[in-house]
Amino acid sequence: MRQQHSIFQNIDWVLVSMYLALVLIGWLNIYSAVFNENHSSIFDLSQNYGKQLMWILTSFVLAIFILVIDSKFYEAFSFPAYLLTLLLLLAVLVLGREVAGSKSWFEIGSFRLQPAEFTKMATALALARFLSTVNIDMRDLRTKIVAGVIVLVPMGMILLQNDTGSALVFCAFIFVLYREGLSQNVLIIGFFAALLFVLSLMIDKFIIIAILAGILLLSILAIRRTFKNVLTLVVIFSLAAGMVLSVDFFFHEVLEPHQKQRINVLLGKETDLKGAGYNVNQSLIAIGSGGFFGKGYLNGTQTKFDFVPEQSTDFIFCTVGEEWGFVGSLLVIGLFTMMIYRIIAIAERQKSDFTRIYAYGVASILFMHLMVNIGMTIGLLPVIGIPLPFMSYGGSSLWAFTILLFILVKLDSYRMFVLR
Amino acid sequence: MKQKTGHRFVFLGIVTAVSFIYLCRLFYIQVIEDRYKLSANNNVLRTITDYPARGLVYDRKGKLLVFNEAVYDVMVTPRQVKQIDTLEFCQLLGIPPEDFEKKMVKAKKYSKIKASIFEKQISAATYAVLQERLYKFKGFFVQSRTLRRYPEQVSAHSLGYIGEADDKLIQSNSYYKQGDYVGIAGLEKSYEEELRGQRGVRVVMVDVHNREKGSFADGAYDTVPVSGHNLEVTLDLELQLLGEKLLQNKIGSIVAIEPSTGEILALVTKPSYDPNLMVGRARSANYAKMLKDPTKPMFNRATQAYYPPGSTFKLVNALIALQEGIITPSSTFAHSFVVGSKSVKCHPHPPIALEGAIQYSCNPYFCNTFRAFVDSKKFGSSEAGYRRWREHVLAFGIGRKVGVDLPSELKGLVPAVEFYDKYYGKGRWKASTIYSLGIGQGELGVTPLQMANIICAIANRGFYYIPHIVRKIGGKPNKTRNLGQKQMTLVEPRHFESVHEGMQKVVENGTARIAKFGNYAICGKTGTAQNPHGKDHSLFVAFAPRENPKIAVAVMVENAGWGGEWAAPMGSLMMEKYLTDSISRPELYDRMVNSNLIPGPKPASELNGDGD
Repeated sequence: MRQQHSIFQNIDWVLVSMYLALVLIGWLNIYSAVFNENHSSIFDLSQNYGKQLMWILTSFVLAIFILVIDSKFYEAFSFPAYLLTLLLLLAVLVLGREVAGSKSWFEIGSFRLQPAEFTKMATALALARFLSTVNIDMRDLRTKIVAGVIVLVPMGMILLQNDTGSALVFCAFIFVLYREGLSQNVLIIGFFAALLFVLSLMIDKFIIIAILAGILLLSILAIRRTFKNVLTLVVIFSLAAGMVLSVDFFFHEVLEPHQKQRINVLLGKETDLKGAGYNVNQSLIAIGSGGFFGKGYLNGTQTKFDFVPEQSTDFIFCTVGEEWGFVGSLLVIGLFTMMIYRIIAIAERQKSDFTRIYAYGVASILFMHLMVNIGMTIGLLPVIGIPLPFMSYGGSSLWAFTILLFILVKLDSYRMFVLR
Repeated sequence: MKQKTGHRFVFLGIVTAVSFIYLCRLFYIQVIEDRYKLSANNNVLRTITDYPARGLVYDRKGKLLVFNEAVYDVMVTPRQVKQIDTLEFCQLLGIPPEDFEKKMVKAKKYSKIKASIFEKQISAATYAVLQERLYKFKGFFVQSRTLRRYPEQVSAHSLGYIGEADDKLIQSNSYYKQGDYVGIAGLEKSYEEELRGQRGVRVVMVDVHNREKGSFADGAYDTVPVSGHNLEVTLDLELQLLGEKLLQNKIGSIVAIEPSTGEILALVTKPSYDPNLMVGRARSANYAKMLKDPTKPMFNRATQAYYPPGSTFKLVNALIALQEGIITPSSTFAHSFVVGSKSVKCHPHPPIALEGAIQYSCNPYFCNTFRAFVDSKKFGSSEAGYRRWREHVLAFGIGRKVGVDLPSELKGLVPAVEFYDKYYGKGRWKASTIYSLGIGQGELGVTPLQMANIICAIANRGFYYIPHIVRKIGGKPNKTRNLGQKQMTLVEPRHFESVHEGMQKVVENGTARIAKFGNYAICGKTGTAQNPHGKDHSLFVAFAPRENPKIAVAVMVENAGWGGEWAAPMGSLMMEKYLTDSISRPELYDRMVNSNLIPGPKPASELNGDGD
């Protein structure tokens, strides 16, 4: 009886309620998105909504299981879990099944598993474990290198599976590193690099380099012309120009045609609404036709009648936008934002470095998913196939996010017992 | 402390900024921008036209003349057509593959996003095969339509035909849309609005594969099609069939009217055609073929051909002269009519008064009557006399449209004073110049329908009702035209008795003895219209019975010879059939039916004619 009581003791019910709300909203929207009048019961196991209920219930079982296990287990389990997922990633490269161009699925009977989903959680654990080691300082080069390796190895392996979306999520860990003391210059340089990246896709590379050279000349004229200053500026210019050239090379020689198309669609260079631009256009039509209050639950037409592709998985937000309108969009984005706020608040109240760093990892991963997924559906980012956490249809995704979140809930519930 | 608590605000700031940017973007596309709502409707909504059933047509005894048969149009929405197997599609439709592009270009020209007809009127069998595979051909669907069908191959000209609305009509009349059918000829045209009904519209939702997914907004924008009204025509199918049989292999026309109502009992024009030829995909080919036919089967002689009325017109001349007091029933004239070096003579007969003149069709009598009329001092001048004469003639429904409810009726010809002034010079003509009008020759042109109508006016003793072909619309009396109103001639009823008597003598003991049947008192008049292009036209007009007339008939057989030989027997058989519902003279019937009076190919010189 005491044991039973202690499982739910000190649990952050606000966070859990947000989780439950998002899962429920997701399930209801999946029902509407792929509604099939021949199987109109929301419990029909032959349809995505019936299956999703199964995933939801098993997720609850997983959540309780996670809450039952001693919290110290997770810290101890961090590295083994990380190594295990790396092994799985390796295995999927060899044994995996190719779905929609990505070799990232295990298939056991009718059951499919995507190791990349779980790798995010394991990486967050491993990074937290490493950075919470006593006497680690983010300013040490060694720390930076090890932390970089922990993030980049799984990211690279996922890239090899051709799953760009999942790999992109690992960029989120830069926020964790920043919180733990990485210089803000890294963020700023990262921002400008991203800006330069986008510009070099949009404008001819020689024009950009010419502009950069202009800025270089003006800067040299403006500053005190010591040898060191000029040299620094020239190095920065060379790096920037080099990046522009390599982006150009990367875009034309490395990217797959469909990836190039998606980027071109986003940049407005390609407007083929039947081909590469179809998804984004239909997604915009679905969301845009929702209006302020939406068309009403189950009254959406664009998603239900299959105009939007992948409407129960990556494009589930279209159903929200179409049927619940701006009000629904506000609610969902608001819920996610509040959830991230809540996780950061939880992180900052921890005495345990491990829990705090892990919480930042969770917040960063959720944020990255939210930004990339919704950005894609409203035409602000290229089409990158990653799920909307807790809402998109899919077992691997829901399980992985549930585990990710409930490990945090468990760790947080032990914050009182942690000694500094 | 190694934690940098300030850094969390940078992260939260980024999260907040991204969320805010996304919400702004969502507010823009969902609330401010309307473009996506329109696109969504274009994606999902399809307007489907439900065509109403066109009204059916029955004869006066309730026999079906026109009905509808279902056919299927293959429709295409060019924008939705994607990578289909055109070869297989063309094979299914039975069209040559090279036509595919042509048809697509045509459809795209109309609209890329609206559906238009790709292939018209495929058969039910083709439709059955196509329907099963239609899912493979995105952008195509099938719309069922109806064609007009005719159980009897009869009365093609009166019934008319329908065809697709042309661009001109679509532009001038907002009701019609591309692919609509509209009456082009016959009563299909004149009763188009009654027959067509009201189109219905359904707004349905479709999915990405263009499959119907139910009605939009629970049918709030839908309208139900309203079927067209059924028509009951005045024609008697059996009488019409008889008329067409009698005139087979002849050129001519028979019109029969019920004098007491103006209802047209039969409207025969020959050569004719099977109305089923003007239906469906073969229509344009058949149409072109018939246009080239030298016997002009498309030409409705009953309402559009002018003939000189010949001797039948003497009846009108007599009545007008009686009314104006120029003659009395007992007036006699010299047995010849001399103008300068020309003289008009008659075969020998005793001196006769009006009845006899009608009975023997005495040319000098009516030339003299005409001259006496026109040159009468009563009117002051020949010009004034002619003016008065023409007024009388027009009142009989000649020289102007009588107003029949069929399109393209012609008005015929009765020259105005100005015509003769121009031809001869003002004041330089008088009755002796134009005396041939007195015997229905010269510059007179009367359609067979007008001839029958004149006989109605004579039978009714001074008035007629506008001849018409539709008597009931949707079960209710036809009130679309001024049908119930007596059209008065300028001749008083008392003057008709002697003319009726003369007409009865024509049948009892005159030029149309062959027309006599049973115990009926039949009034008739033969005519033989001179024709500069060939053999005379054979003419006969009659009504029966003399008291309470039930039927008036006019028969015109081109190039057949004198009236008593062909036209009179035909008119007689028509009246007998209608009055007794039988034919008592089978040998006469056989002789009429089996004769071929269509002139052979003429020498080119004669075809040019002398322009008279």
